[in-house]
Amino acid sequence: MNSLILQTTTRYLLPLLLLFSIFLFGRGHNEPGGGFVAGLVAAAPFALYSIAFGAREARRVLRIDPRWFIGFGLLVALTAGLLGVLLGRPFFSGVWTYLVVPGLGPIDLGTPMLFDLGVYVGVFGVTLTIIFAMEEAD
Amino acid sequence: MSLVLILPIVIPMLSGVSILLAFRSRVAQRFLSLAGTAALTLAAVLLLAEVSQTGIRVDRIGDWPAPYGITLVADLFSALMIVLTAVIGLAVAFYSLVSIDQRRETFGYHALYQFLLMGVCGAFLTGDLFNLYVWFEVMLMASFVLMALGAERRQMEGAIKYVTLNLLSSALFLAALGLLYGAAGTLNMADLARKFASLTDAPSQGLVTTLAMLFLVAFGIKAGLFPMFFWLPASYHTPPAAVTAIFSGLLTKVGVYALIRVFTLIFVHHTELMRTVFLTLAALTMVVGVLGAVAQYDFRRLLAFHIISQIGYALMGLGLGSALALSGAVYFIFHVAIAKTALFLVSGLARQLHGTYDLKQLGGLYRSQPWLALLFLVPAFSLAGLPPLSGFFAKLSLVRAGLEAGEYVSVVVALAVSLLTLFSMIKIWVEAFWKPLPAGSAPASSAVKGWLAPIAALALVTVAIGLGAGPAFGLAARAGAQLLDPTTYIATVLAEAP
Amino acid sequence: MEIVLAFVIGGLYAAAVYMLLRRSLVKMLIGLALLSHAANLLIFAVARLTRGRPPIISLGAEDLASPYADPLPQALILTSIVISFGVMAFALALAYRTYRTTGTDDLDAMRGSDR
Repeated sequence: MNSLILQTTTRYLLPLLLLFSIFLFGRGHNEPGGGFVAGLVAAAPFALYSIAFGAREARRVLRIDPRWFIGFGLLVALTAGLLGVLLGRPFFSGVWTYLVVPGLGPIDLGTPMLFDLGVYVGVFGVTLTIIFAMEEAD
Repeated sequence: MSLVLILPIVIPMLSGVSILLAFRSRVAQRFLSLAGTAALTLAAVLLLAEVSQTGIRVDRIGDWPAPYGITLVADLFSALMIVLTAVIGLAVAFYSLVSIDQRRETFGYHALYQFLLMGVCGAFLTGDLFNLYVWFEVMLMASFVLMALGAERRQMEGAIKYVTLNLLSSALFLAALGLLYGAAGTLNMADLARKFASLTDAPSQGLVTTLAMLFLVAFGIKAGLFPMFFWLPASYHTPPAAVTAIFSGLLTKVGVYALIRVFTLIFVHHTELMRTVFLTLAALTMVVGVLGAVAQYDFRRLLAFHIISQIGYALMGLGLGSALALSGAVYFIFHVAIAKTALFLVSGLARQLHGTYDLKQLGGLYRSQPWLALLFLVPAFSLAGLPPLSGFFAKLSLVRAGLEAGEYVSVVVALAVSLLTLFSMIKIWVEAFWKPLPAGSAPASSAVKGWLAPIAALALVTVAIGLGAGPAFGLAARAGAQLLDPTTYIATVLAEAP
Repeated sequence: MEIVLAFVIGGLYAAAVYMLLRRSLVKMLIGLALLSHAANLLIFAVARLTRGRPPIISLGAEDLASPYADPLPQALILTSIVISFGVMAFALALAYRTYRTTGTDDLDAMRGSDR
């Protein structure tokens, strides 16, 4: 497709949607949001890119092969499950720690968030793999 | 602390993930696939040893107590199925290295293979019905892609039927789960067993029967039972031989496993009704499957119909429901999965040699490949039930259980189907091995050393559990006893102490 | 409310079965999608509807004030929605590839693997 409007909007939407996806991811801990939807939102601008400029250009902007994200996301999620095992507790037990950020106070960090991060990256990779493959099949 | 319980899930996942991450290097993928399945085999044997020595093992995922969180449970039946998965997985992974073409490999064949194994292991280990649904979907998703990978015309046509009917079964399973949760308020299998034991008034009995039938249909489609098997012979012969082999070895067995688990643990009422239903379905499945096979001249379609007929035997064990019958069913599933996988691997090699699965165009394999001929005869005779191979003892115990229960019709059907199975195997022998190669067929090509090794390994396992039937059946008998009396299972899962 | 949902679920099942019986591949897939929606709604309805009572322990309280909505069915539905999302994406891609390979979306013309 060769639409000037879509091409211009896509350029501006890319950083905005990525920021929004990070917001959704952070919000997901206590409120609606989370890794799955954040991953979808993060994949959306690249999908738009492949519609506006073609899959090859979208791949160039992304730089990393989306298949790599699938593996990495699953690996992160699996690590979240195994951290509990390393501490001698059952698989996928929650493990928590605190991170003190100056100005914000202590922030809870735990394996559920790590798992969610894995979901985020994995969903991002799967969605883009499918979309790019379909775009290139034509 | 039961690391041994999560290893059969974690190992295939880890190897699948590392294969995904190594998508640039075919060599690394091949190595990781083999290493992963070898590690899985080791873990499976460890699990079986542990369960056999210390009894049922339970792990509570996320440290949530039993009826609330998801539990992983390994009794002897589960552990045996995990060992079966690992052994078949290892053999077929090896076979894939030599038989799968490069194009399929670059599209992620090896990673999908590992995720398939993960789904199967998860389904065998879970103690929660909704979790079983999730593992089913993991397994199905991987199998869908494996089935369609390569995108040949026949393959796509087969995949459409396979995907549709399996999704239909999943939707029924999901609906049944919803109704079950509404009725009992729990999805933990042990908790369900406890709750359903106390439901005795007539209206809830009716609901329980409805649920039982929904589960029978949902799992029956996956297992390939009599009126619901049509997807199987329409699709199993279309993907490459390695894929067909792993499907035939594991996927229908997961359906049978789920049937046995649910109907020995949760739906234990109405024994008379269920017995009639099961035995009728079993007999019909056996007969229709074997008759379908008799008419076939395609090597793999013939074997695909035999998968159905063999599922009937396992169901017969469940229907008879005595300790001997259940042990027979456990032993039978183990035996038939190994023998069937070996036969499909043989068919793939025949195709590699002569470029076709058509029995009419094959021939002369006995002369050109005497070792292959021997390796075909072992699982073939075992499938037909000739002593001293494993199939003989499996069928013997089922027939004895049938005689003890006075179910003479089932016994006669089982024996007759056995004869027809022998007939089918002899047909393959005569057509592919004994008769000379027909004029106009492609002459034998390429070296086959790497192809023979996994077939030989599986044939050895068949011989081993046949000759060592004493200890092997001893294990199956203990598994059957655990299935018949699930009180220990329920108590172990629901135990309050960590 | 349960009555309305029951009729909606029944309607969805009926529509799903009707679509599944069509010869067109795409219509059959729509049938499958409807089937999973029907199952999801069934879980939702069967687990009893509770309005405006989230199962969250309010600040300062020790326990949940009953009645409250059961969170588990919604978790189940969410899981199955995600699964059916993935499965449908695959099924649509498969249908598309099948159409490209066979040149038809008529299921009756896809008998090659049945012979």
